[in-house]
Amino acid sequence: MWKRDEAVRPVSGGQPVAAAQPPAPAPAGNAGSRPETHHLMEKDIVNIGKSVVIKGELNGSEDLTIEGHVEGTIQLRDHVLTIGPNGKIKAQVFAKAVIVLGEVTGNVTASDKVDIRDNGSVDGDIISPRVAIAEGAHFRGSVDMQRKGAAAASPSAPKAATPQPAAQQPAPQKQEQNAPQRVGA
Amino acid sequence: MGLLDRLATRKTEPDVQPRLSPSADDPVFATKALRKFLSCLTSRESPVLVDLGPVVGSNVSFFGEQLGCKIFVEDLFADLDRHVRAGTLEALPAFFKKRFPQEAGSVDGILCWDLIDYLDRAAAQELAGELTRVLRPDGALLGFFGTAQAREARYTKFIIADEVNLKHRSYEAARGRQAILLNRDIIKLFAGLRVSDSFLLQNNLREILFRKPA
Repeated sequence: MWKRDEAVRPVSGGQPVAAAQPPAPAPAGNAGSRPETHHLMEKDIVNIGKSVVIKGELNGSEDLTIEGHVEGTIQLRDHVLTIGPNGKIKAQVFAKAVIVLGEVTGNVTASDKVDIRDNGSVDGDIISPRVAIAEGAHFRGSVDMQRKGAAAASPSAPKAATPQPAAQQPAPQKQEQNAPQRVGA
Repeated sequence: MGLLDRLATRKTEPDVQPRLSPSADDPVFATKALRKFLSCLTSRESPVLVDLGPVVGSNVSFFGEQLGCKIFVEDLFADLDRHVRAGTLEALPAFFKKRFPQEAGSVDGILCWDLIDYLDRAAAQELAGELTRVLRPDGALLGFFGTAQAREARYTKFIIADEVNLKHRSYEAARGRQAILLNRDIIKLFAGLRVSDSFLLQNNLREILFRKPA
């Protein structure tokens, strides 16, 4: 009835996404998982079906789920991009948040969070203040967690103070039964 | 030191039962060298870290969020597995020679884990040379070395529980540990580095922290 994977709404070809702006984006991680919310979500989330191939620049101002193939550049500066389990991306990605359940080859920049779920795959460099990588996910590249908001901050914004790392906090000695013996160097 | 090493290699079974973590069945072992490794990193702003192990989300968060590191995840265990399965182990040294895109002296810390134990001598030598090359002066390398012959072909994911504890999560491997290295072999392997600290744990694991001379 819903056939969410078969249609591209409202995207067509390599043209930029220009759908009506939703009043409040639905949580992308639950896309398609609750039938009772489909009416609402269909208005909120654009879905690129798995038979769709896009080459070029993809811009948008709403949340987007990709199940198809995209090559080029994807920019959803203030919104959530979800790469579905069938999605295959060869692109530079810029978004507020990126959730990866499929395959991404290319650099990913997010101002909020990158979330690589189980069986998700990223080959490329990630820049984001928060990165979550699930057990079973594949990742190869570098991770640069800029200070919160740094990705979207202006160059003149003052640099956030570096938090005190845990390594410098005193911790009580414990686990005597497995205490290592120093044998010198 | 040599005597202690020889005594340690006689052990075939860990004489200490690991604690079980409350959240999972992964055994948790103490670590002494990790804290020292971390202190090497925190002395620099935005340190660059290379992790030679498989990606572990919580480790990435730990180093990225808490220490502000830029992390390169280079899963050499996966590379090793691929070469074993393809029967191209003889090409591994040459592969390692070209494996690291980092510039010489650009890396502040390297998590080598126990990778060396799984390599043949030639591959280990080439890898050690490359790691020495990319490490900046005064940079740190953390390596683990087994002192007992393992029976199974399994790798270990080292998951940072905190600065003094590591969870050990094993997973399937294409080959087991190769020859056990003596301290002098390890020192010779990393000839361009100096041993800063060395710890022999009661679970038969040696932790060695190397520093590159400034």
